[in-house]
Amino acid sequence: MVKNVMSFGRSGLSDWVIQRVSAVILAVYFVGLLAFMLLTPDLGFAEWQALFSSTWMRIASLAALLALCAHAWIGMWTIATDYLNNYMIGNKGTVIRFLFQAACVLLIFIYLVWGVQILWGL
Amino acid sequence: MKDNRPKNLELQTIKFPLPAITSILHRISGVIVFVGIAILLFLLAESLSSEQGFNNVQQWLTAPLVKFVVWGVLAGLLYHLIAGIKHLVMDTGTGESLQGGINAARLVVIVSAIAIIAAGVWIW
Repeated sequence: MVKNVMSFGRSGLSDWVIQRVSAVILAVYFVGLLAFMLLTPDLGFAEWQALFSSTWMRIASLAALLALCAHAWIGMWTIATDYLNNYMIGNKGTVIRFLFQAACVLLIFIYLVWGVQILWGL
Repeated sequence: MKDNRPKNLELQTIKFPLPAITSILHRISGVIVFVGIAILLFLLAESLSSEQGFNNVQQWLTAPLVKFVVWGVLAGLLYHLIAGIKHLVMDTGTGESLQGGINAARLVVIVSAIAIIAAGVWIW
């Protein structure tokens, strides 16, 4: 049995589902946000802040943020395992991939904490 | 593990047809968006910090370099979104034939080119 300790879910199938579900959440969120920016006449600070401080938008933004974290991890894992491996870049591949994935986790974690901080203020 | 299995994915020697190019661009745009999110989060944080912060962001967005960077991130986002929608459609079993794949790739290129140009017009 093949075990891969560096995947996000417990299986490729769960990664596959998480990637798709998070993709739909992100698509709806960004299209909605773009539509708001395009369709609000004279978008100013008041409208902008009112949008992001409303409960429904906080729910949507947090959902999008969590979806982003999961989606980014699966995507970066896919790329790292495809290109940063011993076959593609030589026998330091595993070490390089580990460092790359660690850097990805760090950046994702920073995005998560930073995003929550933006949404809820200090 | 004894590694004597044949390798049938010599990525470096394969000539890339259009669907392969749109696929690799999907990956590249994903990496661009992953890094670019930092810029978008920074702008979001500043724009929500105060009225002054919001005005700062509007002021920054008048600079050509900032416009170009934001356009670049948006272009990555739009391409990734459109190519991603194609993936979801193909997950349903639509357009999985050879010609279907080529047509879908062409559609992705055309729709994202329009969206990216529109985003540029919006920013400038």
